[in-house]
Order: sequence, then C-alpha cells, then structure tokens
Amino acid sequence: MSSKNKKRKLSYSLAINEALHQMMSKDKSVFLIGQGVKSPWYVGNTTRGLIAKFGENRVIDTPVSENAITGAAVGAAIAGMRSIVVHPRLDFMIYGFDPIINQAANWYYMNGGKASVPVVIWGIINRGGEQGAQHSQALHAMFAHVPGLKVVMPATPYDAKGLMIAAIEDNNPVVFIDDRWLYSLEEAVPRERYSISIGKGVIRRKGTDLTIAAISYMAHEACKAGEELEKLGISAEIIDLRSVKPLDKEIILDSVQKTGRLIVADVGWKTGGISAEIAALVAESPIVLKSPIKRITLPDIPAPANGNLEKCYYPNKNDIIIEAQKLLRNKK
Amino acid sequence: MIYSKSILRSIYYTLLQIRLCEESLIAPISNGEVKCPVHLCTGQEAVAAGVCAALSPTDYVFGNHRSHGHFLAHGGTIKELIAEVYCKETGCSRGRGGSMHLCKPATGMLGSAPIVAGTISLALGSALASAICQDKKVTVSFFGDGATGEGVLYESFNFAALKKLPIIFACENNLYSTHMSIRECRANGTIYKSGLPFSVPSFRVDGNDVLAVFAVAKKAALACRSGKGPVFIEFMTYRFRGHVGADDNVQGVHTDIRPKKEIAGWFKKDPIRRFERYLLNGVFGKAELLKIKEQVDAEINDAFNFALKSPCPQESDLGKYVFKK
Repeated sequence: MSSKNKKRKLSYSLAINEALHQMMSKDKSVFLIGQGVKSPWYVGNTTRGLIAKFGENRVIDTPVSENAITGAAVGAAIAGMRSIVVHPRLDFMIYGFDPIINQAANWYYMNGGKASVPVVIWGIINRGGEQGAQHSQALHAMFAHVPGLKVVMPATPYDAKGLMIAAIEDNNPVVFIDDRWLYSLEEAVPRERYSISIGKGVIRRKGTDLTIAAISYMAHEACKAGEELEKLGISAEIIDLRSVKPLDKEIILDSVQKTGRLIVADVGWKTGGISAEIAALVAESPIVLKSPIKRITLPDIPAPANGNLEKCYYPNKNDIIIEAQKLLRNKK
Repeated sequence: MIYSKSILRSIYYTLLQIRLCEESLIAPISNGEVKCPVHLCTGQEAVAAGVCAALSPTDYVFGNHRSHGHFLAHGGTIKELIAEVYCKETGCSRGRGGSMHLCKPATGMLGSAPIVAGTISLALGSALASAICQDKKVTVSFFGDGATGEGVLYESFNFAALKKLPIIFACENNLYSTHMSIRECRANGTIYKSGLPFSVPSFRVDGNDVLAVFAVAKKAALACRSGKGPVFIEFMTYRFRGHVGADDNVQGVHTDIRPKKEIAGWFKKDPIRRFERYLLNGVFGKAELLKIKEQVDAEINDAFNFALKSPCPQESDLGKYVFKK
C-alpha cells in the first residue's frame, strides 16, 4: 500500500458508508432497512451507492412504520439474517421500543440461548438548527439501561467504521448511535475491513491532573478543552468511551486512580443518564478522590427551538474548562 | 375434498397432543406445582393443528402467550413443553422462558411472547428474510383477537402487502381479549375485513373445523410461496378455559365473566369431538382412535416424569444467555 493510500482521509459519514459496503459484500445475510435509505436528506451520504451495488432487495426504504420495521429487522435476525435498521432521527425510534427492548434485548435470554438476534439498531442524533424537542434527543442511556443490549457511540470516522463493522458482526442486538454533528469530520481511515472491540474506550490525551470521560460529540469538546487547559497548566487525561454499554470500566478506573479527579461529559440529560452511571462506578470503587465528581450534560430540559436557547442548552468545551479549573483550584 | 389417511391421522394426533397436554396441566396448575402463568388453548386446538399441517417442516411460526398448541403443532415435543412449563433446564427454553416463551428454531418454531401483537412484526421480519433469500419459506404469525387493537398489526399488513411478503396473519378470534368481550373492544365484529384496506386477501373461517382450517391454510401457504404476498385469516374459535390458569382466575379468584350459556354452546362445537365424528364415519374405527389416544397419554406421562426429574437451572448460571459470545 502506498503512503498516499495509508493516509486516505474519509469523513465520518463515508466511513459508515464504507463499513456498510464492506459488510454487505462480505456477508449475504447482511441487509439494511429503514426510512430514508434512498434519501441523503435523511441519512446523509452514509448509504451512498448501496442500492446500485446490492439492489433494493437488500437496501430497503420503508414507509413511516418504525414499530413494524424495527420488529421486522429483529424478526429477520431471529430467522438468521444480520439486519441493520436505521432510524434517521433517534426520536422516532421510540416507536420501536417494543421490538428493541421487549423482544430483541430479551430474546436470547428468555429462549435459553436457543435463538440469538444479530441486529444493528442504528439511530442518528440529529439536533440543533432550531429543530426543537422532538428532533434532537440523545436517548442512549435508555438503551444502556436494558440488559441484553449493547450501545456504541463512535466519535471519530475511524471508530465509526470499526464500530459499525463490529456491531454487524456481533451476535447480539447492538444500538449504534451517531450524531449528524460528526458527519463531516475527516481523518485517515484504513481502506481494509477492521473492527473495534465493543466495550473498549480509548485515551485521546494523556494527562495527570484530572480525567475527562467523554461520549460521542463531547469527546471532541473534551479534546479541545484539554488543549486549552494545558496552556493553563492543567493536565487533563481524555477518555473517549466509544461504547456506553458495556462500559470500559477499567479504562475509567485506571485513569481516575491516577488523577484523582473526574469530569464526565455526556451528550444526554443528567438525571439517570450515563454520566450518573460513570460517577456511581467511581464512587463505588475504593479510589479516594481529590475533589468531587463533576458532570457536564444537557440540563433536564427538553431541547429548545430558539437558537439563543440552543446555545445555552448544548454544553461545549468552555463548560469543561470552567469545571476543570474549579476542580483544580486547590491543586497542589 | 379427499384427504389421505396419514394426513388425517397426523392432524388427529396433533389435536390430541394439544388437548391432552393442556388438560394434563390443570391439576399441577391448581395445586400450585406449576407456578409460571399458563394460558391454555383448550378448545382452540384446530387452529394450530390445521394451519401447521399445511406448512412444510422448515416454514416459520411465531406465537403469542397462548402458544402451547403452536409449539406442538410445529415440531415441538410434549417433553420440551412440559419441562419448560415447570421452568426446568431441560425445557425448550432451558427454564428461562416458561410457558409464554416457547421456541424451537430447528423446526421453524421461532418463538412466542406475551406482549400482545409483539411477535407480529417479528414474523414480518422472518417473512422478509425469506423474501430476501428467496428460500420459498412461509411464515405464520399467530395472534389473538385482542392483538387487533395494536397498531403494529396494520403497519405490518401494509408492509407485507407492499413487499408481497410470504406471511399468513392468523388471528385466533376466541371472542375475548383477556377478560373483555371483543364486542367491547371493537366497533365492528368483522376483524377479517381489516386486511382489505391494505390489499391483503382476507378470509374468515370456522376455527373449530380442522379440515376447513387446513384447507384455507394450504391455499394461503400456496399463495405465499408463489409470490402473491400475504394472507389474513380470522379463525372463529373459543377457549374452554380462562384467560390464564385453569379458569379465569386472574388475581386468584374465579372471574370468568363469560355467560354460562355461551360457554355451553361452544362446548357443543368442540373441534376434537367434531373431527372424531368425521373420522369415525368411515376413516378410522374407534379402536384405532383409542390407540392414538393411548399413545399420546403415554407421551404425556413420560413428559411429566421427565420434567419432574429434570434439574432446575443452576443458580450459578443466572447470568448465562444475556449475550451470545
């Protein structure tokens, strides 16, 4: 492979697209179904070229029937397929809670391991732009709450490809949640097929003063905050969790053991959210903290439409920097 | 219509398996030996037996909460069923599911679940899988009249018709949605017509006439296999027992509010007695039928011995089967 190829850059959305192309070529049992798979307006360019290559038999655009379509993806998986069902807005996926939670999540257990459900339930967070409360929600914590579901939230193009492939190859239901705010990000993405272990986080930046455990889009805000904090003399270790279920407990605990301080930066709400789970994980560990845990999340408020309100609603690197400075005020 | 002796014998055998199996559970339910909720299908046997007789052994079936009959009619054994009702490790779902979660993928019995209408979309999915793979399999989705109150049925009708999926929507109308008369649930009494606005060919059949059930299911399966798309069939039937348990003992008290006269009327339409009358009219002698019954009795006896002797799932295995490796 030439060095040019090695450094081939790909956007986040095209990294997903490449994962879908590669898995559909590799395995005839893989198919994609969901509302808008024909339409870039719905799914960006994540499905580019799929119909031309694999046909409408395996790339199925659907009427607005999320409950039945999600159930169909689950049922097809029970019958031996590897299904991917896409919900271009996570909010609408709520219509599919029964097949996701009652059926897919429980199926393998309640049938004593006789039938598994290799389905990827792909939901896109599509927020901002004054879209309001029903076009904005990040619901990963709800899915992470349920035994039998895995939940992944890649923040980078490299991880988006690797986790989509891992999700398709997994023998269990995997909720794959991405974010339209990430779609245009570009980085070097290998051409070959590769997967990333579900349940493994990654350290984006080494540091010694505090740990910032971040999810999805907030991993980027955390990295930006980390750079600025460095200039302020604060050394932050940034963890991009990549999966929220199972959670990479080891990477969090090892880091907090070292730094003694923790900020959790999530893209979801505060109450009962993943940030609470991570805080509880550390609180229950024998680690003696140097300062209280801080959570940076959405407030417990529906997403507003108005642009000014949106600016206060969505946290960013500045919120992280402010909290980090507070935690390190008494740094010795 | 002339049927071969072997198919008639096989249908009778399935009917008896279901009936005798269900009735054998009355005592252990009543004395508390069986603890998990059991929804008996006594009285409705002809639907499962007739529909599944029309399927090939690799076709797919999804059931609901009342699925002992579907399981036995589509490849499940009495042994695996009774052991599961006792929640034993040797049950079809290894004691993790109980009576409401019966599954045997090897024979196409893909599963059953009590979320009303919850398996309809799953069946839509196995039919979709067959359409994608062009494997010529047919899926049957069994559900009750109560499930017609759930929106997913209509989404599924539409999508199945749109994509011409090989699925038979089989509604067992036993006239009651748990405690409630279907007349109190619906503005009209013509469930089968609900498929029509979605361009799903729809039929209503006497669900206590096993040969009529068999005939309509054969036609429907043929239509599915030849790419014509879904069929909806409403089978009129009645459960002889309550919604759950031996009678309608919701909350532990007898609450069967069904009129006594109505129940007595349906006893006269017992699908098994009716089929026996047909068989005794020149197909089999009494002795032959008795022999089949003795065979089923012996199977049930063995199944109870097997279930009672079987181990419970180990406590150390509590977390097994959450995820497949």
